[in-house]
Amino acid sequence: METAPHDIQSTPLESLHLELGAKLVPFAGYAMPLQYRVGIVQEHLHTRAAASLFDVSHMGQIVVEGPAAALERVVPGDIASLGLWRQRYSVLTSETGGILDDLMITHTPEHFFLIVNAANKRQDADHLRARLARDCAIRVVEDHALLALQGPAAASVLGDLEPRMHTLAFMSALRLPVAGVPCLISRSGYTGEDGFEISLPAARALEFARLLLRDPRVAPAGLGARDSLRLEAGLCLAGTDIDATRSPVEAGLSWVLAKKYLAPASAPPHFPGAPIILDQVSHGTPMVRVGIKPQSRIPFRHGLALCGQDGQVAGHVTSGTFGPSVNASIAMGYVARAYAAPGSRLVATIRDRQHTAEIVPMPFTPHRYHR
Amino acid sequence: MTTLKFTTEHEWLRQEDNGEVTVGITDYAQQQLGDIVYVELPASGARFDAVANLAIIESVKAVGEITMPIAGTVIETNPRLVDEPELVNQDPEGAGWLLRATLDDAGVLETLMDEAAYQLFVASL
Repeated sequence: METAPHDIQSTPLESLHLELGAKLVPFAGYAMPLQYRVGIVQEHLHTRAAASLFDVSHMGQIVVEGPAAALERVVPGDIASLGLWRQRYSVLTSETGGILDDLMITHTPEHFFLIVNAANKRQDADHLRARLARDCAIRVVEDHALLALQGPAAASVLGDLEPRMHTLAFMSALRLPVAGVPCLISRSGYTGEDGFEISLPAARALEFARLLLRDPRVAPAGLGARDSLRLEAGLCLAGTDIDATRSPVEAGLSWVLAKKYLAPASAPPHFPGAPIILDQVSHGTPMVRVGIKPQSRIPFRHGLALCGQDGQVAGHVTSGTFGPSVNASIAMGYVARAYAAPGSRLVATIRDRQHTAEIVPMPFTPHRYHR
Repeated sequence: MTTLKFTTEHEWLRQEDNGEVTVGITDYAQQQLGDIVYVELPASGARFDAVANLAIIESVKAVGEITMPIAGTVIETNPRLVDEPELVNQDPEGAGWLLRATLDDAGVLETLMDEAAYQLFVASL
């Protein structure tokens, strides 16, 4: 859906983006940097080589104050066992077993802190209120920015400012001042690299971003690089690779399901769509999400149909681009199970020419999280 | 040195000694496209005219159709672009050339913009 220009919001860092030569594009109602001067490919490669600063302030930050058991009425993960200051990736499910959104949940002493996708934040908040209001207070945080510092040098960069960052564990968080700025920092991200996500007061975001960018190891990176990085890492983009028509099982995200629901004498699940999703765990789904490697450099774009060697339609691409680090065209999509085995060959027709691709395991580039 | 001629579609053309023309896209065009990752060129002998696509240039984020406001026949395409499409970004008026062609009417070159006129055209966009 097109958003009228007057509805476009800007993040607290817009002046910095413009100063850095960003090409701003409308994304989920915000003017966001697609890329800076050096371009998407260089920004991508710099992230894997050193560290990149991403402005992800458009994403939704939602506070849920209430018991862990309440969150288990909206996500299929084990939130009751989520330790203090620990973080977990999960999905909001629908009654039909689809994925309404994916999100990060951090357990802080006062509340659960959720990061959701920009395009979904209002509907996510409504969904949470509808299901949790009886025992939770839900608040959308409007006065905080969100920065992601990603790459192998991220821990050294942040560690130089605050030594405790060196030892923060993967998928853990801390609330502490860094260079005098109150931050909620988690060791996580969406690039496949080590890194941090930093929630901080919007009014302090500009000075903090400038401080990080003063480090010669840090360069700004935009949404373009973020997309090619997450695709190389095999990570789903909500609204593109996962949506209300796809269940966590067919999306290859069964690992988000709490083990307590899968055991023989299992705990009764309360998340929406549980009967459908748990049945899929036992019996599989007709389609599954797979990695796709075209044989030539041609990008396989969203929506491209894929056929088996028998000429039958096998499925389609949901995300595809050129992967700068693998130096090859890469894609992901959904295919019927008969075509989903690694090594299986598929054919796509682009502008009247046939192009062959192979099903491959993901990620395309190994994850290098801090474990 | 032969001078370049420019189209409003952001191609450059250079007439070679044998009367053929070498065609590429301008520095402005490559900047607009961003990082180029795939170039699809017509086969040798293919005809192009004022409406058909001359080439497809894909960047990380977008698919660009290169149209040519002139008619002609393709003689040869740049073989290096198969594996090194980034040459179009790095050296659009040199190693990143797209193809060589004969024009149906070589006289049309005289109607195209020279470098100074093209720079004014770009500045007006």
